Amino acid sequence: MIRLKDVEMEYENGTKAIKGITLTIEDGEFVFLVGPSGSGKSTIIKLLTGEVEPCAGRIMINGFSVSNISEKQIPLMRRTLGVIFQDFRLIEKKTVYDNLAFVMRAVGAPQKEIRKRIPYVLHLVDLEKKADSYPTELSGGEQQRVAIARALVNNPNTIIADEPTGNLDPERSLELMSLLVKINELGTTVVVVTHEKDLVDRFGKRVVTIDSGHVVNDSVGGYVGGHIHG
Amino acid sequence: MAKRHDFRYFFHEGLSNMFSHGFMSFAAIGITVACLLIMGTFTLVAVNANALLADLEQENEILAYVDDSYTEEQAKALQSQLEKVPNVASATYISKEEAMEDFKAQYPDEEMFQDLDPAILRDRFAIRMVDLKLQSQTVEKVKEVEGIAEVNAFEEIAGGFVTVRNVATVVCVALIAILFIVSVFIISNTIKLTTFDRREEIAIMRMVGATNGFIRWPFVYEGFMIGFLGAVISFFLQWALYEAVAQGVDTNDTLQLIRIIPFSQLWVPVAGVFAGAGILIGVGGSLSAIRKFLQV
Ligand SMILES: Nc1ncnc2c1ncn2[C@@H]1O[C@H](COP(=O)(O)OP(=O)(O)O)[C@@H](O)[C@H]1O
Ligand SMILES: [Mg+2]
Repeated sequence: MIRLKDVEMEYENGTKAIKGITLTIEDGEFVFLVGPSGSGKSTIIKLLTGEVEPCAGRIMINGFSVSNISEKQIPLMRRTLGVIFQDFRLIEKKTVYDNLAFVMRAVGAPQKEIRKRIPYVLHLVDLEKKADSYPTELSGGEQQRVAIARALVNNPNTIIADEPTGNLDPERSLELMSLLVKINELGTTVVVVTHEKDLVDRFGKRVVTIDSGHVVNDSVGGYVGGHIHG
Repeated sequence: MAKRHDFRYFFHEGLSNMFSHGFMSFAAIGITVACLLIMGTFTLVAVNANALLADLEQENEILAYVDDSYTEEQAKALQSQLEKVPNVASATYISKEEAMEDFKAQYPDEEMFQDLDPAILRDRFAIRMVDLKLQSQTVEKVKEVEGIAEVNAFEEIAGGFVTVRNVATVVCVALIAILFIVSVFIISNTIKLTTFDRREEIAIMRMVGATNGFIRWPFVYEGFMIGFLGAVISFFLQWALYEAVAQGVDTNDTLQLIRIIPFSQLWVPVAGVFAGAGILIGVGGSLSAIRKFLQV
């Protein structure tokens, strides 16, 4: 479960990106986080991953209190999250398989488990045949599916995706979003930042709209607000 | 989530880190070798100078000549007085006749020396000292003993070796300190380069919840390997250098009296110190490189 209570966040240069957000996401939910460019969506993601710290309010993530978490617990908290970015962030000199093995190894998974888990996850994202390819040999959509596989491979409680379809054409975007929905149906909480109205409308999921560091709407269904692109 | 130390993984990563910067790693190993070689060479010179000093302390004697007017009885009586002088370990009486025999034995081929009258020589004491460094004071004290006419000492030789040893020690300590710092600095920069190369991987590891320890280990291994390789290479170079110098001293006539300690007696401490210092330099360098890098 993710819970933000009266959270505020200010960057070092004085930009106040989050101006008091209260938000709860239950286990198993699928939530779209939408809003215009610069409204603070990515900052919320960074608050969830512990990349930046709130200057006020409280954040609870899967049982960890991010506001007063100890240095030692941060890695454990991060293991409950799988993060996906717009720019994929795959390691280009490693194969698809090695990209996944790399993050499993990073959390101490034994070789036996790695060999068992990777084919399963690659099957889930329909990339079994690309295990030995390098990221540069794949299309954008395939690379993003590898990124999803990587986010899933350590079996996190929650998947967080910041504009995962930003670099993809509409068809690939739809495919990818459907994949995230499928993953959600298998039991993982999914939080997706996007500003693609059409996509959001199509799925009829919970939509939280952010503007200027505030939550301006939180409802199930379509995209609220007209001034989206920026 | 296993907590065991993934030795094979860290070793493999550390090794591939090292090869990803072949030239820098080569430079880092080179400077470590230079540091250890200079350190080793000066230390070995100091060790040999020390051994020589110990030899001299054993063998080098002061000769105290007894006044001609003293009878043999009177002369022998001086022994107890001489042995009371501070820093005198022993005083051995040598009569004119014994001295003459020794002298003749030294020059068996010189006809003209063979029938010399012992009367031209003086009775003497061969004095050994406790501490060679105090030789000049001891000589003064021995001169003050009534009945001792003259004292003969090999001050230059002893003094020379004391100086060599002291200079070697000072230069050694200073050089080691400087080179140590330079080596750590260069290794640190080599590893900073690797951490920069690997910043994407590090970011991903951190994102998926790798511990700081896990992220650090490959760099520590890299430093360790650089230091250890440096130590191994320097050991063999040091060995070769030592044997070459020993050979040179051995075949040089004027240096005959210098006894070089065989390397077979020294290799264990040399290997130990080199490995220890190399690893210290390598791991120190890597820790200083990643200390800053891993603060988020
Ligand atoms: N690293 C940063 N330093 C300073 N200001 C930042 C930084 N990142 C984002 N901002 C500012 O914070 C606000 C919110 O940004 P962001 O969360 O990236 O918005 P979004 O993802 O919704 O486009 C914007 O005004 C942006 O300029
Ligand atoms: Mg953003």
